[in-house]
Amino acid sequence: MQNPPPDSAVPLSASMQGISAEALLSLRADMLRFAQLQLRNTEAAEDLVQESIEAALRKSSSFAGQSTLKTWVFAILRNRIIDHLRQASRTVTLSSLVDDGEDWEERLDALFNERGAWRDGPRPVAWPNPEESMQTRQFWAVFETCLDHLPPATGKVFMMREFLGFESDEICAQLGITTSNCHVILHRARLKLRGCMDTGWGRPEGSTC
Amino acid sequence: MLNCKEVTEVCSAEMERPLRLGEQVSLRTHLMMCTGCSEYRRQLKTLRQVMQAYAEGKAIADDVAPGPGSA
Repeated sequence: MQNPPPDSAVPLSASMQGISAEALLSLRADMLRFAQLQLRNTEAAEDLVQESIEAALRKSSSFAGQSTLKTWVFAILRNRIIDHLRQASRTVTLSSLVDDGEDWEERLDALFNERGAWRDGPRPVAWPNPEESMQTRQFWAVFETCLDHLPPATGKVFMMREFLGFESDEICAQLGITTSNCHVILHRARLKLRGCMDTGWGRPEGSTC
Repeated sequence: MLNCKEVTEVCSAEMERPLRLGEQVSLRTHLMMCTGCSEYRRQLKTLRQVMQAYAEGKAIADDVAPGPGSA
């Protein structure tokens, strides 16, 4: 079997590692979605993804298979995003953090009645087996859509915390916000993300979206 | 007594910092009586696990990508 020359966006050396050009392209697309979600900057995302793939391929002698490659490349990408954010932290303005608007906060308030108790519709009930669902493409499609739908500033803080693994102290310092503000933002992100996953995946029989 | 809305805040806070004793007691008391909040707390933990898997690149588990849309 011969592999055709890989797409020009992909380093040539990929084919030498026994990774098909197709697999690499699909991996690249996933990484790009990832990086864009965090950086909200297509150009920077593409640069970081390209650098990460190349760095991984340069040190590729210990790949055991494609799942190892994925895990490894994503680890490299994550570190590069962290570095990038640390370097770029000066450019984040406080106003970009308070600009998410109050509409969606009101919608979160509407999950509860005037006494602060869950309303019947949104009251959480047990989700179907998450481990099993995590093996399906459909689950991740819903998850990514839900992440995408977090308001930008909120999504950024949430991703720094849960995806990049920053401690909240460091997020506060980098973004120049108070600890309590940071916690409020994370709380709203979780409330919103949970609701979105509930609608899109957790309650299949009543799914309307 | 905490209401459900406040409990969801405490459930998020406990993922960020150790809860004070008073908060722990209030949380536990509420959870004993409230299935909605108990489930909410469990789901936050699930979301954190999902997020970790996502960060490790496990979101792309499926080998066959349908590949519609973008060229």
